[in-house]
Amino acid sequence: MSSHEAWIREPLVLGDKSYHDISNDIAKPIEGKANKQWWIVFTISVIAMLWGLGCIMYTIGVGIGTWGLNKTVEWAWDITNFVWWVGIGHAGTLISAVLLLFRQKWRMAINRSAEAMTIFAVVCAALFPGIHMGRIWMAYWVLPLPNQLGSLWVNFNSPLLWDVFAISTYFSVSLVFWYIGLIPDFATIRDRAARAAKPISHAVYSIMSFGWSGNARAWHRFEEISLVLAGLATPLVLSVHTIVSMDFATSVIPGWHTTIFPPYFVAGAIFSGFAMVQTLMLVMRKVVNLEEYITINHIELMNKVIMLTGSIVGVAYITELFMSWYSGVEYEQYAFLNRASGPYWWAYWAMMTCNVISPQVFWSKKLRRNITFTFILSIVVNIGMWFERFVIIVTSLHRDYLPSSWIMFYPSWVDIGIFVGTLGIFFTFFLLYARTFPVLPIAEVKSILKSTGSQYKK
Amino acid sequence: MSKTKKYWTGLDQLHNTPEFQERVLSEFAPEATAEHLLESDNLNEGSTKRRDFLKFLGFSVGAATLAACETPVNKAIPYLNKPEEITPGVPNYYASTFFDGTDYASILVKTREGRPIKIVGNKKSKLTGGAVNARVNSSVLGLYDSARATGPMKAGEATDWATVDKEVGAALAKLGEAGGSIVILTETIISPSTKKAIADFAAKYGAGVKHVTYDAISASGALEANLLCFGVKALPVYDFASADVVVSFGADFLAGFPNGAANAVGYGKMRDPKSGMSRHYQFESNMSLTGSNADVRVALKPSESTAAVIALYNKVAAATGGSALGGGTSEYEATLAKAAKELVAAKGKGIVVSNSNDAGVQTVVNAINNLLGNYGTTLNMANPLYTKAGVDADMDQLVADMKGGKVGALLIHGVNPSYSYAKAADFNAGLAKVGLTVSFADRLDETAAAGVTYLAPDNHYLESWNDAEPQAGSYSLTQPTIQPLFDTRQFQESLLKWTGNDSDYFTYIKANWAGIHASSPGAGLLFNDFFNTALFNGVFESGTVGETPAFVGDFAAAAGAIKKIAAGEIELELYVKAGLGDGSQANNPWLQELPDPISRVTWDNYITMSPKQMEEMGFSRLERGDFMANVAEITANGVTVKAPVYPSPGQKYGTIGLAVGYGRTAAGKCGDGIGVNAFTLANGSFSVGSVSVSGTGETYEIAQIQSHHTLMGRDSILKETTLAEYKQDPKSGNPDLLLYVSSAGSSAGHGDTHGGGHGEVGHGDGHGHEEAAHEGHASPFLPASEVNLWDDHAIGNGHRWGMAIDLNKCIGCGACVTGCGSENNVPVVGKEEVRRGRDMHWLRIDRYYSSDMNAERAEAEGIGAIEKFTLMEAAAETPQVAYQPVMCQHCNHAPCETVCPVAATTHSNEGLNMMTYNRCIGTRYCANNCPYKVRRFNWFQYHNGSQDFSKNPANDDLGRMVLNPDVVVRDRGVMEKCSFCVQGIQAAKLKAKKAGRKVDDAEVQSACAEACPTNAIVFGDLNDKASWIAAKAKDERSYHLLEEVGVQPNVLYMTKVRNVEVNEA
Repeated sequence: MSSHEAWIREPLVLGDKSYHDISNDIAKPIEGKANKQWWIVFTISVIAMLWGLGCIMYTIGVGIGTWGLNKTVEWAWDITNFVWWVGIGHAGTLISAVLLLFRQKWRMAINRSAEAMTIFAVVCAALFPGIHMGRIWMAYWVLPLPNQLGSLWVNFNSPLLWDVFAISTYFSVSLVFWYIGLIPDFATIRDRAARAAKPISHAVYSIMSFGWSGNARAWHRFEEISLVLAGLATPLVLSVHTIVSMDFATSVIPGWHTTIFPPYFVAGAIFSGFAMVQTLMLVMRKVVNLEEYITINHIELMNKVIMLTGSIVGVAYITELFMSWYSGVEYEQYAFLNRASGPYWWAYWAMMTCNVISPQVFWSKKLRRNITFTFILSIVVNIGMWFERFVIIVTSLHRDYLPSSWIMFYPSWVDIGIFVGTLGIFFTFFLLYARTFPVLPIAEVKSILKSTGSQYKK
Repeated sequence: MSKTKKYWTGLDQLHNTPEFQERVLSEFAPEATAEHLLESDNLNEGSTKRRDFLKFLGFSVGAATLAACETPVNKAIPYLNKPEEITPGVPNYYASTFFDGTDYASILVKTREGRPIKIVGNKKSKLTGGAVNARVNSSVLGLYDSARATGPMKAGEATDWATVDKEVGAALAKLGEAGGSIVILTETIISPSTKKAIADFAAKYGAGVKHVTYDAISASGALEANLLCFGVKALPVYDFASADVVVSFGADFLAGFPNGAANAVGYGKMRDPKSGMSRHYQFESNMSLTGSNADVRVALKPSESTAAVIALYNKVAAATGGSALGGGTSEYEATLAKAAKELVAAKGKGIVVSNSNDAGVQTVVNAINNLLGNYGTTLNMANPLYTKAGVDADMDQLVADMKGGKVGALLIHGVNPSYSYAKAADFNAGLAKVGLTVSFADRLDETAAAGVTYLAPDNHYLESWNDAEPQAGSYSLTQPTIQPLFDTRQFQESLLKWTGNDSDYFTYIKANWAGIHASSPGAGLLFNDFFNTALFNGVFESGTVGETPAFVGDFAAAAGAIKKIAAGEIELELYVKAGLGDGSQANNPWLQELPDPISRVTWDNYITMSPKQMEEMGFSRLERGDFMANVAEITANGVTVKAPVYPSPGQKYGTIGLAVGYGRTAAGKCGDGIGVNAFTLANGSFSVGSVSVSGTGETYEIAQIQSHHTLMGRDSILKETTLAEYKQDPKSGNPDLLLYVSSAGSSAGHGDTHGGGHGEVGHGDGHGHEEAAHEGHASPFLPASEVNLWDDHAIGNGHRWGMAIDLNKCIGCGACVTGCGSENNVPVVGKEEVRRGRDMHWLRIDRYYSSDMNAERAEAEGIGAIEKFTLMEAAAETPQVAYQPVMCQHCNHAPCETVCPVAATTHSNEGLNMMTYNRCIGTRYCANNCPYKVRRFNWFQYHNGSQDFSKNPANDDLGRMVLNPDVVVRDRGVMEKCSFCVQGIQAAKLKAKKAGRKVDDAEVQSACAEACPTNAIVFGDLNDKASWIAAKAKDERSYHLLEEVGVQPNVLYMTKVRNVEVNEA
């Protein structure tokens, strides 16, 4: 450090990149050919997706009876998967909107992919409320459409209806936000693809970039709309999972009827969302050589968020336990005792271990910065978060008020098939995205290239 | 009137043109021809252009195509000549009689547009008191059974009646002339006209004709005992309504016994802590339905039962001055002594009853009743019961004769010995040696398929005329409610035909009833009036009261001849299930899916064993919702059967039970291959004695409807008290549930239990609330019913339908479950779906066992919560049992209503929670949010044959005829639940509206209330202050289930009161 300029903060992009290097690095996977590994993973994903779609068609054709549900446990894997995917879909908006408002510039390395992940996760999530209906062909009845069926109208008291609005709003805002961010980058790809050499690419990206010219007025509007959408999306980060949690919180079932659910669900959602981002980013930075953009610092920062939200979730779990005891309501008390010591004790302890205990290791800086360890833990967290929803839904329902109705739930092969299918859908979309979309915001990353005075001197 | 007034037929005539005149003259008007049209000169000048023509053509084709796309129209064709009695949409009820050799019931048959669709009890019958059990009200489905024979058969091939008549007639005539042996083998016959027809038949075919009565579920021992003691071969009619003390030795008198449903009526009357509570002792090895209701139940081995009966006799004899019998020492001295003391104290107001099929034991039981002076008061031998008449020895003799080739012809009616006779192989071997064999079975059953030459299928009883004399002097009639569906002929008519009597059976009955008319002083003057009145009423009580015969038997000798039950390490007691009975209705899916009241298992029989013994023998005790049972082998009398082992708390250690009626092989699609045939293990008695049991290592998935069996310390769900405590404080066991409300002083009725987290549940003692009331709600505690988060529905006006369920009267029999299913087209889902926990019953009867662990004990012994609850999951070894029927509670603040996104379930202004099937999209949120878990989802298409649920009657055209047209059949993907039989409410309201009056509370009955033999379920209008239910709502025993959830149900439960001493478990 011979220079007299102070190192205010570590650079966000490593490796002495020039602006052109950034364009080259990010456009490379789009312009190059897919390697063998990509094709293998893609094939597996597509097979899983097709298998899942087959299971969904089988369910719709034959009936919900193909699932493992029964007269007492009438939601299980369907809604578990729904909440899990919605939760995963939380990181994108948080990173792009909340961190934008808080001027966390490191977000720029991960926001594009996190938002893409959000969109795909919400697609997977939105499948379940649809296919879990006994009569999906009547699904449009949940929309407040004027109709000729007399005075029929939706029930605005129902949290399921709030879900319809919450999820659809979230999905559309996320999609628009994501797409608007993509426009300048699509234009870059368009411009890099010479009309003569790559006519198809050029044409497709021309359409997708909406004729972006890159003039100052366009940039100005781009900045403005990004800020407006960030403002719109920020409350959604809180509202979506709050409303999802109300599916449970407004009910009368012990273990569901809990006022702590909204903040607890939001924290859990961010927790699982960041874990999923970690899982994807760690692979992606390796595969498409983005280690200099998604640096160990990014990984550490995300691990800090995981640790914080994991701790919030842990506090929520313990608060729930305390409240159930403190309430003095025997049904509440038993519901939680049953979680920990009943027939599904293993699910509860899987949840506790994965979500509460495991993130605490990130107090160690060494482990926070250990890529392999982070990768394993990100998967552990997502397993834990799946179990959290399973515990809330199934163990609350399977033993509620009247012991005569107590029963066990076991998934059928269709339940498992549909879940595997949504993983297939998710990864198929993500893999296609990674090959066709700029996985980092080219324009935005360029804005943070020079974060220190010394870099400007070059 | 002007004379010039003129009428003309048309303008032509008025104008009177030449063309008109010409036309008038020609007789036949020329027809317009095509040529005529085409020759028209101005065709080209027509206004229709070619293009227009093509437009019209296109439009017409389009319109026709669109019209062809319409949904198919199913036409309801009106009657061309409407039968006088039938108005489409209005049901007709016909009084009739059910008797199948086990159950007798006077019934009303509900028909719609000529189809019988439902059976309810006939309240005019004094004998049955209008009671029907599950088997009787399910019997209507037997009419639409596709396994029924559609016509006569010869050697398995279809034939016609003329051939049968000719060949059988010739064979019988030949035998008659030769003096050969012709045996008519029947179930117990209680029909006077049938008896006469058999006598006529016997008269025609000579001395060789013999009538043998065989009962699959035999009461032979009791019949012989009564013959010995009273000279009467019949059973007593029990009057449980007057019995203060009941002591039963294994007798399941509420369910499996002859006249069980009627016994339940009387029993229920003595289960009212206000007007009278009987004390009921039960000594038995299996936990029976009756035993589960006993106040004091002693589990003993079958081999110990005889000694217990003799011990009781000796104790009663000692107190009343009778002579003692030898051999009466019993381990159960203390309880027997107490029972004896109470019996003696309640002389003439007690009943001692036993299920033993040993004449000696029954004689001793008779002697006890005689010493206590119960005959003539609680036991009626003056007008005895005739519904069992079979003597086992007769049947054994017949089989010996058949094997010896001594029987020339065998006519089999109403019985199925190849299935139900313990030595069926012997019977079948004998059958081969009988020259002429005729079966009157309604299907090719085991016996008919075992080598019977002619099958002359009998009508279903709903297609038949018949009469009955179930009790001396009490008559009833069976009348057809539909034309025979198939080419079948009534047994009696066949018999008459072969006797050479060509009159139909109805004429024959009528002629026979002339005799009854003549011999009954109270019958009125004119026979036709008498007969029509009897037919209308269904019953005719002659009013003749017989004299109680003197007790004469040498019971000491009989007691000495008691056949010992082989004692062993494990003893077997066979039993009769409340659902399936003797198995004659095994092909009835309603009964197969009716859960056993005790085990809550459907579609199977199984070995019942004490959980302690199961643990010792290494069998899975099916804990924590496990459905996978171990299979064991039982060997008794050289016969081995394999069945799953199911835990039965209360089963005597060292005994096992197995239900008869299962293991049919030729019943039809619903009955075949279900369970194992336990009749093969019987050796003249259902108390088999010593058997060997061993595990096979196989497992079998049980289809149980309830997989958790204890209350887990949640005593406020099923409230109980003892009679002594009840007498001190009628509210005992039912304290007001008080909630701590921070703002109680200001907002009665609108307190906020959750406000600020101050909600706290407390169980007050009732007095706390009174104080609170006196002090103007100064206390922060409010009764749960007054704590409210919601805006109330306007429930004060008009009707408010409600239900009261007296847990003290509910015996768990299940008649309400089948009654509900038949009224509401509840689908049968089959064994596989029940295994998946998907039964569709709108009404279930929860059965709870008491546990040895409770909160007090845990506290005293310092047991932690986790261990406490784990121990609570296990039932006590000899548990107390309680039943709780649960259906939709029709909450005023229904949690299901708020969560449905499409408002498919809503509240009516009469307090009903309504379900709009058409609107339901099947999110199942309502079911999840129901604290009572009474909502049922159509997981598959259960009804229209498109998916494989062939056991549901609604899957074929014949079975569909049983559906109630007033209730829609639900499709796949929609939720359903109890509607409080809203169709009945609407019908009653319509009727009242037409008559311009208010609906009378009594004319609206839910199917379950109607079916309940003990009146445990009462339905009515809570806003009608004079109604029965309004009175029940005010009773101190009434409470709402899960009141603290705040859903404000319209169903009330009433505390169970056990007639036990305070300190007794």
